[in-house]
Amino acid sequence: MVTSTGMISMEITDPATRTREAPKASAGAVGPKLRVSGLNFYYGKKQALFDVDLDVPANRITGLIGPSGCGKSTFLRTLNRMYETVQHGRAEGRLELDGENLMELDAISVRRRVGMVFQKSNPFPKSIFDNVAFGLRVNGLARRGTLHEAVERSLRRAALWDEVKDLLHASAYKLSGGQQQRLCIARALAVDPEVLLLDEPCSALDPIATAKIEELLFDLKKQCTVVLVTHNMQQAARVADVTGFFLLGRLIEFNTTEVIFKTPARRETEDYITGRFG
Amino acid sequence: MKSFVFRKKAMNILMIGLTGLCTLMTGAILFFFLGYLVSRGASSLNWAFFTKLPAPVGEIGGGMANAIVGSGKVLLLATLIGVPIGFLGGVYLNEYAGATMAFVIRYATDLLNGVPSIVIGIVVYALVVHPMGHFSTFAGGVALGIMMIPISVRSTEEFLHAVPMSLREAAIALGASKWKAIVTVIIPAAIRGIVTGTMLDFARVAGETAPLLFTALGNQFWSPGWNHETATLPFVVYTYALSAYQDWHRQAWAAGFVLLMLVLGINVTARLILSRGSYRPSGGA
Ligand SMILES: Nc1ncnc2c1ncn2[C@@H]1O[C@H](COP(=O)(O)OP(=O)(O)O)[C@@H](O)[C@H]1O
Ligand SMILES: [Mg+2]
Repeated sequence: MVTSTGMISMEITDPATRTREAPKASAGAVGPKLRVSGLNFYYGKKQALFDVDLDVPANRITGLIGPSGCGKSTFLRTLNRMYETVQHGRAEGRLELDGENLMELDAISVRRRVGMVFQKSNPFPKSIFDNVAFGLRVNGLARRGTLHEAVERSLRRAALWDEVKDLLHASAYKLSGGQQQRLCIARALAVDPEVLLLDEPCSALDPIATAKIEELLFDLKKQCTVVLVTHNMQQAARVADVTGFFLLGRLIEFNTTEVIFKTPARRETEDYITGRFG
Repeated sequence: MKSFVFRKKAMNILMIGLTGLCTLMTGAILFFFLGYLVSRGASSLNWAFFTKLPAPVGEIGGGMANAIVGSGKVLLLATLIGVPIGFLGGVYLNEYAGATMAFVIRYATDLLNGVPSIVIGIVVYALVVHPMGHFSTFAGGVALGIMMIPISVRSTEEFLHAVPMSLREAAIALGASKWKAIVTVIIPAAIRGIVTGTMLDFARVAGETAPLLFTALGNQFWSPGWNHETATLPFVVYTYALSAYQDWHRQAWAAGFVLLMLVLGINVTARLILSRGSYRPSGGA
């Protein structure tokens, strides 16, 4: 029933994979972009993630699915250390970005390398141009003369350029919901992140706007690694290369999207996929 | 059943009538004040009022140029003292203060706001006027500046607080440090509200008289610099209205009218700014 349109070859050790670090293992094999091991997360006394192990492959779309409240957003927010803005939020375990201990890196540089797009589009009350330029400016990357090019490039990557090129200095709030979300993607892409995290980016959008975003995610993975949380299983099936299924704070199963949707190993996954769950 | 419907209808009409009447009265009182001041004050207004010094006692004519400038200087100083302290205090309160600290600051500003203005006048008299040995524009500015702080703190805090969490998150996720997020996103998103609050705060102290009695006092002549006693509009209203001269009464009305127009003008402008550009959450065109 569930098709796996857009499935591509699934060797995680694709030699075309581009990483900034020299490959660690032999013969074209590279380590995962992000490696999570033994991750526990607590909101105060309440534990939200239990012993999660997951390797995010480089230049792939990793889909994360699971019922509401199972910890998908929490997990995503550990990957760029956004959880640190939550009071009493505490992460335990090991997180690696290109083999480096992510917890020991500077949080700001982590967030520059690992961008994030939120469930509800949240453009700044500024012009379209200033929204996209924001990350470059605060990170001191805005070069006089090239800023405009950088903004254009990001808007093109987010498939928004043609729609906004004549209103770059209009308020971002003039855009439709779907355009605002693509603007948020362009804004995140402007600083050229190595990883892009998206937390249910289409949940407030209509099918046409959703299709546009899925299409652009597909193009994005040539240049960066994508982690996509979605409550929409069809979306995961359509765009994700590998998929993880979360339930009650645990990563139940993680495999290629094809396996997860066609021949899941775990009973819980199958129940969820076939809609027998809850 | 019928009588029930009838009673409901009657009640409805009664409530509309009552609330409407009260609304009408509020408006009527304002327009009565305006009308009365216009009829007494505006008729006394002339060019000399804005350009001439007060005439010597017993002579007819003259103006209040010195009081207008004096009020301007006192209010400028008050703004320079009250607004930066209030604004930065409000930023600290909303962005950095822990729960206990925030409670203490909030409580303190509310108490300060409740201190009668005449008491602030006495304190500034004891701390500034007495050591300096004379009344001054400076002391008047300090007194009104202190009065501006609490509202400035609280309105800054409230408008910053109204900026949605999602904007902070967006800035932080793009690699902005906390203070950069505050300076580049949070404050700009709240700035119209903060400016409005500041204007209303300004309008409120512009008409204060009591603290000026102890600090700026008054002056029949120009007050050079910041170090001499100075005339101010509220003070002129107070002294001229209590005087025995017909012509001074006329001038007091004129001063009252000018003061009211100033305050009203600021209020209307402030509300226009707020209605035009307060933060509007997204949601498409
Ligand atoms: N800021 C928070 N404080 C306390 N508990 C939280 C907070 N955010 C999320 N949680 C809890 O953590 C669990 C996982 O939430 P979340 O990661 O948002 O799930 P999902 O994104 O899969 O819907 C839920 O039980 C939720 O109630
Ligand atoms: Mg979520």
